[in-house]
Amino acid sequence: MLNKEVRGKLEKIVGRENLLDSQQDLIVYSYDATPDYQALPDAVIKPRHKEDVAEIVKVCNEYKVPVVPRGSATNLCAGTTPLEGGLVMLFNYMKDIIEIDEENLTVTVQPGVITLDMIKAVEEKGLFYPPDPSSMKISTIGGNINECSGGLRGLKYGVTRDYVIGIEFVMPDGSIVKTGGKLAKDVAGYDLTRLMVGSEGTLGIITEATLKLIPVPETKKTMLALYDSLEAAGNTVSKIISNRIIPATLEFLDQPTIQVVEDFANIGLPTEAGAILLIEQDGPEEVVERDIQRMAEICEETNALSVQIAQSPEEGEALTSARRSALSALARLKPTTILEDATVPRSKIAEMVKAIEEIADKYNVKICTFGHAGDGNLHPTCMTDARNRDEMQRVEQAFEDIFAKAIDMGGTITGEHGVGVMKSPYLSWKVGEAGVEAMRAIKQAFDPNNIMNPGKVFAKDARKRVVVQR
Amino acid sequence: MSVEDSKRKTQIVQDFQSKMDYDELLNCMRCGFCLPSCPTYIETGGDEAASPRGRIALMKAVVDGKMEPDKDFEDQLSLCLGCRACEPACPSGVKYGHLLEEARDILQAKKKHSLPVKFVRRFFFDQVFPHQNRMRTLNSLMWFYQKSGVQKLARATNMTRIAGKNMSTMEKVLPAIPSPLKMKNRPEHIEAEGAVKKKVAFFSGCLMDTVFMETNDATLYLLKKANCEVVIPQTQNCCGALHAHSGEKDTAKELAKKNIEAFEEGDFDYIISNAGGCGALLVEYDYLLKEEPVWKDRAKAFSDKVMDITEILYDAGLPEMELDPQVVTYQDSCHLRNVMRTAAAPRKLLQSIKGVTYMEMKEADQCCGSAGTYNIIEQEMSMQILDHKMANVEKTEAATIVTANPGCLLQMKAGVEREGKRDSMRAVHIVDLLAEAVKYGEKSLQKA
Ligand SMILES: Cc1cc2nc3c(=O)[nH]c(=O)nc-3n(C[C@H](O)[C@H](O)[C@H](O)COP(=O)(O)OP(=O)(O)OC[C@H]3O[C@@H](n4cnc5c(N)ncnc54)[C@H](O)[C@@H]3O)c2cc1C
Ligand code: SF4
Ligand code: SF4
Repeated sequence: MLNKEVRGKLEKIVGRENLLDSQQDLIVYSYDATPDYQALPDAVIKPRHKEDVAEIVKVCNEYKVPVVPRGSATNLCAGTTPLEGGLVMLFNYMKDIIEIDEENLTVTVQPGVITLDMIKAVEEKGLFYPPDPSSMKISTIGGNINECSGGLRGLKYGVTRDYVIGIEFVMPDGSIVKTGGKLAKDVAGYDLTRLMVGSEGTLGIITEATLKLIPVPETKKTMLALYDSLEAAGNTVSKIISNRIIPATLEFLDQPTIQVVEDFANIGLPTEAGAILLIEQDGPEEVVERDIQRMAEICEETNALSVQIAQSPEEGEALTSARRSALSALARLKPTTILEDATVPRSKIAEMVKAIEEIADKYNVKICTFGHAGDGNLHPTCMTDARNRDEMQRVEQAFEDIFAKAIDMGGTITGEHGVGVMKSPYLSWKVGEAGVEAMRAIKQAFDPNNIMNPGKVFAKDARKRVVVQR
Repeated sequence: MSVEDSKRKTQIVQDFQSKMDYDELLNCMRCGFCLPSCPTYIETGGDEAASPRGRIALMKAVVDGKMEPDKDFEDQLSLCLGCRACEPACPSGVKYGHLLEEARDILQAKKKHSLPVKFVRRFFFDQVFPHQNRMRTLNSLMWFYQKSGVQKLARATNMTRIAGKNMSTMEKVLPAIPSPLKMKNRPEHIEAEGAVKKKVAFFSGCLMDTVFMETNDATLYLLKKANCEVVIPQTQNCCGALHAHSGEKDTAKELAKKNIEAFEEGDFDYIISNAGGCGALLVEYDYLLKEEPVWKDRAKAFSDKVMDITEILYDAGLPEMELDPQVVTYQDSCHLRNVMRTAAAPRKLLQSIKGVTYMEMKEADQCCGSAGTYNIIEQEMSMQILDHKMANVEKTEAATIVTANPGCLLQMKAGVEREGKRDSMRAVHIVDLLAEAVKYGEKSLQKA
């Protein structure tokens, strides 16, 4: 519970109706999409504008009350679980699209806007915002920026980071900072924009962002290739890239994933295949046509069992949306689904998937793998049951091995979901002790009282994996 | 908190622990994919507690002993429309509707109603709906009062106390009740017009066969025109949907058994329903009776045969339909769409009517706010949703709003009434419009 004084001050800022702390409110803001994590906040607050945010943060800084900014809580790293209590901050009132600038090709938004709503709004003007996380129907731009989310179009178009060109944020002391702008070039000092992207709510609260847009590609074509093994599919990926073709989407599903997605979406995926590649190219018609033809040839040269080119945009859309639902569809198999996003250089995909299979066998756990083949971002997904503590222990060990393996191959522990609490024990594996210290120094400089989303990114207890902990 | 109150809460927690399906609660991976399709989440401006993910978390918290089943909790479950739009959106296949029903059933059993509410509940749930003949008697009463211009019934049963303002709009939009005599002579068997294409049984429904009797007549007319041979088992009863959704599950089960028995004999392939709300429960009789070994398989055999009227008409084919030129829009019945998964057939049928310009409205798949007794109990939210809905209707410039469920029909009529659009807009049940179009089509043919 907040102490009376703090409560009074906060209420004065936002009004009684925007400070919630009933039993029910605390429960529903105690979790995010990360399995097996839950912790109650002391209260939930809904600022109406950036001035509210600044005032709230000042109070929190003075009284050392943790602040956990929360978008739609779809993150998969326990990023919005208020492990140390405090205030959960919502952006329900801050979801406006402030401006779509058709001359500078930018869009300026408040953090609470739903990703897909914004994408639709810019597409109405013939503009394109490429980062498309599977969760875009409900994720917010604030969340996307803070996790530096990726999507199916990442290979060709990059991730959220590549589109954020200006940010306004509230520092933990309540001051408001503006970075970047509608500028293609800007080297005035340190690149705070980049620093804020992927900062997981630990450095400040984003109150506005300006994003870069590009023209909508003229056409798009989708195709599906089937393989009897993932290695064969991996060969295709390598060959496509070494042929200097960069498809918009290059996704793979392994056999168990195919089965589950088909059960869910019923679109006639061949459930007996060992692996599937979903390939998409967009751009001017002749380029798309040429690339798709060439890629179809490459698929065949690399022993695809069959290659099918979608005959209509609807058919193509059905295939991509099935891929989007992969994670959630896997969740049908078992009560608990733990999804990781270890990432390796793309040339190592097949090798990594094979390693994952061996690790799953070694620990006797069930792991399905799908992901972004084009950018080496794998989603090994483990189906388990949180009530089975023995199995959860083995799952933890398996993922630990997977992280170690990924790093051995020159990869990383997380490609797009962020560190949060889930991966904080492994951060030093990737960036080294000195790297963690450098990050800690930045955190300390921004947030000396450690009020911003405390307990995230930096582990109390490095290396020991925390998936089992409540 | 009084001793009695705390006793009740302890009992609720125990019931939650013993009765709620914990696997199903865990099956929710909290991905949030269902949030954008939930009307109460949207109307509350994104209140997580009013979302499917939030409600599941609340139910789970009660089971886990992390939360008391307090008033907020009960209110939150009451605010849920039970529209189940969250189910098709859920990639994890969480059966939210079942969780909700179970939770409501527990709360209902432990509920202390004020005397008048109790009386009305008992009167309607135990005395009226389960008995088709009483339904008719009640209707005779209503018919009598309506004819003599006095709406005493509502007052006599204290209905107005819970129904308030909304009830008077509702009274305005109720159809003219058929005379008791007409209601007595319902058909048992209808021959196909030509060579028999399908053999079906018709589930007539309690409200549909009384208050909305003309719609049932139109249904039988259409089935005949589509060359279906129809039997109408006479021992059938109310489907039990209102009971099941209001925490009166035991009565719902009894009704289900009677219906299963009524439809067990006879030569037909489908059981046809013309009300999304009824149909959705009929297809889930197997779930309703899952704990009763003797009934489970019989229920499954029944449920497997259930089909909405629009599916069979689309499948069997109707004669050429025509209407005066008009813009038509369609409001999905939540349960028809989200539980029976019928959404394309009604639209295709409407689009095939000559003279009709079909305009899809924005968010046609979202609840209209009727939701069984919801518009009586949760008036404020219901009307907020309805106003939102009417704004979308108006954008289509439709003269005719088509629905596929009696509750939705009344709600849309109330919407037309609220907007003061009675002269330029009408709300109809899809079979009434189709029957009108078939008849019109025949006339045109004769002229030609
Ligand atoms: C089914 C499923 C599929 C997914 N698919 C993808 C995918 O394809 N690609 C991908 O990259 N991710 C994916 N994710 C993960 C997740 O959806 C993304 O991380 C998303 O960006 C989170 O958005 P959100 O609005 O839910 O943010 P939240 O989860 O609410 O927050 C995420 C982080 O941002 C911080 N934050 C939020 N708003 C602010 C703000 N205004 N200021 C400061 N900090 C803030 C929070 O504190 C937290 O650390 C998926 C998740 C699920 C459940
Ligand atoms: S049933 Fe309808 S109102 Fe209730 S949670 Fe699901 S979508 Fe929301
Ligand atoms: S979509 Fe399904 S799994 Fe996801 S939060 Fe909603 S109910 Fe839970």
